[in-house]
This record gives sequence, C-alpha cells and structure tokens, in this order.
Amino acid sequence: MPASISFTLNGKATTVEADPDRPLLEILREDLHLTGTKYGCGEGACGACSVLANGKRIFSCSTSITEVAGKSITTIEGLASGDTLHPLQQAFLDDRGFQCGYCTAGMIMNAAALLGTKPNPTEAEIREGMNGNICRCCAHTRIIRAIQHATELAKA
Amino acid sequence: MSNPTIKNIRELEEPLETLGYDFGFTRRSFVQILGAGLLIFAAAETGFSQPAPEEGRRGRGGGGGGFGGGPVKISARLHIATDGTITVLSGKVEGGQGARTEITQAAAEELGVPASQINLILADTELCPDDGPTVGSRTTPSTIPSVRQGCAAAKKLFDDFASQSPAGKKLTYADLASDANFIEAAKQNIPRNVIVSAVSEWKILGTPLARPNAHDVVVGKHKYPSDQVLPGMLYGKVLRPASFGATLTDIDLAPAKAIDGVIVARDGQFVGVAAPNSFLAQRAITALEGTAQWDSPSHPSSKTLSDYLRKNARNIPANPFADAIASAAKKLTATYEVPYVQHAPLEPRAALADWKDGKLTVWTATQNPTGVRRELAGAFHIAESNIRVIVPDFGGGFGGKHTGECAVEAARIAQAAQKPVLLRWTRPEEFTWAYFRAAAVIDLTATLDENGAITSWFTTDINYGTPGIESPYNIASKHSEFIESKPPLRHGSYRALAATANNFARESFMDELALAAGKNPLEFRRAHLNNDRLLAVLNEAAKQFDFSARRAKSDSKKIGVGIACATEKGSYVAACVEVEIAADQTIRVNHICQAFECGAIMNPSNLEAQVQGALMQGIGPALREATAFENGKITNASFFDYEVPRFAELPMMDIHLLNRPDLPSAGAGETPLIALAPAINNAVFHATGKRVRQMPIRLS
Repeated sequence: MPASISFTLNGKATTVEADPDRPLLEILREDLHLTGTKYGCGEGACGACSVLANGKRIFSCSTSITEVAGKSITTIEGLASGDTLHPLQQAFLDDRGFQCGYCTAGMIMNAAALLGTKPNPTEAEIREGMNGNICRCCAHTRIIRAIQHATELAKA
Repeated sequence: MSNPTIKNIRELEEPLETLGYDFGFTRRSFVQILGAGLLIFAAAETGFSQPAPEEGRRGRGGGGGGFGGGPVKISARLHIATDGTITVLSGKVEGGQGARTEITQAAAEELGVPASQINLILADTELCPDDGPTVGSRTTPSTIPSVRQGCAAAKKLFDDFASQSPAGKKLTYADLASDANFIEAAKQNIPRNVIVSAVSEWKILGTPLARPNAHDVVVGKHKYPSDQVLPGMLYGKVLRPASFGATLTDIDLAPAKAIDGVIVARDGQFVGVAAPNSFLAQRAITALEGTAQWDSPSHPSSKTLSDYLRKNARNIPANPFADAIASAAKKLTATYEVPYVQHAPLEPRAALADWKDGKLTVWTATQNPTGVRRELAGAFHIAESNIRVIVPDFGGGFGGKHTGECAVEAARIAQAAQKPVLLRWTRPEEFTWAYFRAAAVIDLTATLDENGAITSWFTTDINYGTPGIESPYNIASKHSEFIESKPPLRHGSYRALAATANNFARESFMDELALAAGKNPLEFRRAHLNNDRLLAVLNEAAKQFDFSARRAKSDSKKIGVGIACATEKGSYVAACVEVEIAADQTIRVNHICQAFECGAIMNPSNLEAQVQGALMQGIGPALREATAFENGKITNASFFDYEVPRFAELPMMDIHLLNRPDLPSAGAGETPLIALAPAINNAVFHATGKRVRQMPIRLS
C-alpha cells in the first residue's frame, strides 16, 4: 500500500506517495527524475548512490523511503548554489577527479559529508573516509587531490 | 516486422550474419539534430559502410585495422551549421577512456578552431560513420588519423574557398555552410594524400584538454545509458536461470501478471517483465522465481578450474626444441595460472528500447554499436536499417561491454509491453551474466646455456589467447601457441586481453631464469633485449626507481622489489614495484614506478589518467580478484566478496611518460596494465623467496 512520505529534498519540502519499502535511490531516480545519483551495487558496497541525510552520508540504494521521512536529503543536483559550483564540484572539475564519471556524484557527496566533520582532513583521513566508495576507472590519485583542493577552495 | 522471436540469449554471443546497410533516413532527421547547413548524406551515399575494396578497410580514413570502414566523404565526418557550429561525427564510444576528448582535439587541431567550437557526436549508428568498435586501443592509431584526415580535407576546402573570396572579406565556416558550391565540394572523397598538421605544429593536440562534458558530470546532469528516460517508459527486469545452462521446464506467469501494472514477456526460455517502477518489476520477478522450474546441468567448480581447462585442451603440442634441450646447461619448466576475472564497470549494463512503426531505437552502453545493431537484427529478424543504436557516454567498459544482450532483452520486453522499456542490470546480474576475462593455464619451458643466455623458449597458453604470448626477447629458438579448451564460463575481451596473463607468466618466468642463470633480473632482461623502445622504458623505470640499489638493499623478509617489462599494441611499458609482506602474509604494494611510451603524446593529462587507472585497477587481479563458481552459480557476485581496489591501498605511483613526437601515436588504454602483476610477483619472490605461479598472487 502506498504511503505518503514527506522530507526535505535539496532544500525543498517534498512529499511522495510510494510503497514504504521502496529504496530512496529508486524514488529519486524514477519518481522525482533526479538521475544524478547512481546505482552501483544495491547493497551499500560501492558508494555510487551516496546522498546526504541531515549532512551525513547514507547509501540511498539500501535506505527505504520510510527511513528518510522528516529528514533533509541533499543530492548531487542540490549541491551547487545556482551557477556557482560547490567547492568539491569545482575541484573535481579542475583536478579531473574522474574518468567515466559514474562514481563522481557518490564521491562528491561522500566527500561533502567527510568535510562536514573534518574540514581539514589529512590524506590518511581522506583515504579512510572515502574507502566505501569504488572508482573502477581508478582515478583515486586525482580524487584525493580534488578533495584536498576543495578544502582550500572552501576557505577562499 | 514479421514473427519476431528471441533466441536463447547465450547464442547471441556468436557472430551474427550482417544484413547489409540500406539506410533510408532523410535529410530532415539530420537537420533536426545538427541544424541547417552543410548537408550530410545518407550513409549509403557516403559509402562508409561499404568501402570499395581498395580503400576504407586499408586505413585511408580507415576506422581501425579491419574494424569499420571510416567515412569516405568529408561530409560524413563533419557537419558545419550556418551558425558556425561544427559537428564532428565518430562511431567511437566514450566509456571514460578519453575518446571524446582526443577526437575533439584532433578535429579542432586540423580545422584550426578552438576545441570549444567542436560539437562531437559519438556512436549513433544513424548519424556516425562506422569507425569500428572501441576496442584494442584502436581509437588513437586508427580513428584519430581518420578524423584528422577528414577535418584536414575540410580545412583545405575552406582555405581554397577563402582564397577565392573577394579581397578584404574574411570567410568563416558559417559563411560556407550555406554556399552551394562548398556543399557540393564537400561531397568529395577524403583525399588519400591530404596533409595533416605536423606534431611540431600542434596547438590543441598534445595539450591536456579536459573532457568536454566534464561539467555535466560533476553536477549530475550527464545522462548515462541507465539515466535515459522516454515518456510513458516502463522499467524492465529479466528472470535469470537458476544456474548456468539451466533450462526452464515449467513456469506459472499468473502471479506476476496479477501485480498491478506488470507486463510479462515470455518467449521460449526468455522471461522478462515491465512495470511502472523497478520495485514492482522486482516483485514480479520474485513471483516468477517462485513458480519457475529449472533443469540444471552439472557445471565445474572454480576450485578445479586449471585441471578442467587442461583436461579439455585440444592437442597440446610437444616442445619443438629437443636439440636445444639436449645441449642445454639448464632447463626450467613452470606452469602459471590465472582465474576468471570480472570487468565490474561501475555502471552495470543498461538499455532503453523504443519500438515505433516497426523501427527500433536503443540507447545502451556498448563498445560496439554496429555489433549491437547486428545482434538486434539477428534476434528480431529485422533489417539493420530499421534499428538505431545510440551510445551515450557510459560508466566504464574495460573490454567488458562489447555485446548487446541487455539491448536485446530490453527490446524484447518493450515489444511485449508496447511501450519504451528501460532495463538496467543489477550488480549480481553484471557479476553473473556478463562475460569474464578468460582463465588460462600457461606452460613454459626454457633452456639456458653455460653463460646464462636463453637458448630456447616454448610457451603454450591454454584457454586464453595470443595477445602478449610472443616473447619480445632475443632468443634463437622460440615458439608460442594458444590452445583452445572448453571454457566453463562465457569469456571475452578484457583490458589488454590475454596479454595480462601471458606477460604475467613470461615476466615471472624471466625472473626464475635470471635466478637460475645467477643474474640480476634487470641485467638478465637487458642482455636479451635489442628492442630500443622496450629498452628505453626498462632503463627509465629502473633509473627512476633506483632499482639496482633498492634490489641490493632490501633483503628483509618484509620488503621486496621487482621489475617487469612488456610491449603490446605498439606501446611499451616497464614497471618497478616495492611490496611489503604483512605478518599475516598479505601483500601490500607500496610503490609503483612505471615508464610508458606510446609515440607522440596527444593529451598528457588523459594519458597519465589512463596509466594511473590501469595500474590501480591492475592491483585487484594481481592480489585478490578471482571469480568463484560452484554448481553453475557465481559465489562471489558482490563487491563485498569480490574485492576491487579501494582508496586504502592506493600505492605511491610515479609515472614517467616518454614522449616520442617522431613516432605515430599508439593507444594507451591497455598496455599500462600488463607489467604490473609480474613486477609485483617478482617483488614478492624477492621479499620471501617463495615463487608464486598464479594470479591472484597469494602467500597464504
């Protein structure tokens, strides 16, 4: 039976009518047409589906829509301020922190959560904090550089 | 469309007979997409799909060493709109390797315009010339020259017209787009002798241009194949067999059909569903799984894979060098083994299929758009002219997306649903029903004379293939053979193909021989090499890594250093590696120093990314990755169980790109991968004294 579930999505009050067991990822992509968040594994093993829930990273593939009721969800589409890119987006662009780019939304969202708790992470902290995200093209070196660069952009 | 049927999906991996091209599209469709201007001709006119015997296939404008014909006419390669927009067309695909960037650079370079003025359309079978599949590192040596020739021919035409224009009037491409004489002239064939810009004159090629659509990627706007949407579209799923080779003997479709909005497509062994969302589609599949009865044949286990491959190998030949063996000071024999490996692109297979008036359009991720069109034509018994395959820039391939099974499945479900259907494979499906990097059993025998020189070399590769099987070393008597076996899993291309396995075996065995000869592995290689380019990368890697000093110093049981080199597809690679052995015997790669040379460098940033990516990706199969299977099922079909490289193990990588502007550019997507695993293996031996003869390399 569909339920009515309300939450904040990229700053806007949002209500969906959906089966309460459906994953947030599917609602984002299929009902709300926000396809920036990606499916990679369906079990929280790769991080491609990462979004923020009240500033913390969650795996939207394995989070039911019911669990996000009342929360504030941010996706890759909600990260920039108008035409001004978020420092992480700008840094991933400048430092070419991707090849195919399919992992990028999840990388950026998880990095945003990381920088939310550690604004000046060491390289070791970046590696540890990003270890749940897989990049199959293996752009890891540039992703780390982009995150370091973003911390500088954020201060500027 | 008459009597559409779908074949057993497993048959579709076989090559299908082509039906021949007969594109019937109109000028109108081009105008809608590209804007008014220089007319592009129907493919039948351009001849790009049916090159004359003396041209096209041999490479003039050629699309890739026997792959694809490339365009014959200038107007098939590019379109100039009346607003000055230049649209370049290529049948290549972008899966992260940088084709979009480098083709854009090549076109801009020859046309003499900024890269930002180029709009590049890739891999749309209705618009683009057939540049062949995006495989074998062929974009750089085949498609780039073809694009450069086509664009240089257009530039020459432009210059000819400009020189005839009234004095004082500066002509632009936009001016010519509506000039009937120019349009007529652009119908000419790309001249055989067109002169492209010299490397020394490059202004855009040779620079680190960024990927043109990078902005869309970082804001989440780029539409990957799995993001495609059409109005009224449904979401598809496929009922997978209970095990490899299982036959569906009975099924009740009613429980699935009873779910609101669900459509079930049954066609012989194929059962698929479509639903308004993926959740309902999965519910329908679960219902079908509950009623399906399967007859499952027996299937070998990965635990006995090597024995199985050897037992099923055809005619393993005898060593042809009996004389060399008889007179040798030493003879060494070894067997190396590699398992099945996953490509695991982060975006699993996806396809959106739309039937309209008997014509089929499919948006999908494939490295072979015309091959997928052929598969669809074969599966549905319709002419290829009624099928359009479009490949949006997609999320990784690594040799694993050459086929069109997902497109065929989506099209079959869409046919039943009479609506567009988006089918996205799940990770377990991608890990099970895609194809794998082949497993191999490689036997090597070599002999040494009393001076420690190799006198004979004999290799057989069971089950994988020939790439990398020939030794690059100077050996008087050498022979290599690939021997087919009966592969238990569906296998296919992989980044660098069999060169991953054959170089692992050869370069590891070289260290075994060096030890037997009492030589340093670097000196032993040098003594057997007379290939200047391979020597150059070997020397560079050794120098930058300080190999000899570190080899002499690191005699601890925890740290070891190793070296390996290889050449493949016209490029050259050498890697030095330091490994550290943990107390629990796990192996960590601390440092990789790699030298790589692929002729003139077209984009140093993209090249560096390819080399970095190949190395990090290569750590997985070297140390951990192996597809496990039992009773016809993959038993590690998850990123939790099949562990690909992650941030925590990123080693220090220093990469030395040797630029050779005097040499033609070769591809770089594959070769940077192939020296790593043997260098790691040789480092592990150096640290432990234990010779591992299989991938993944494990000590416990």
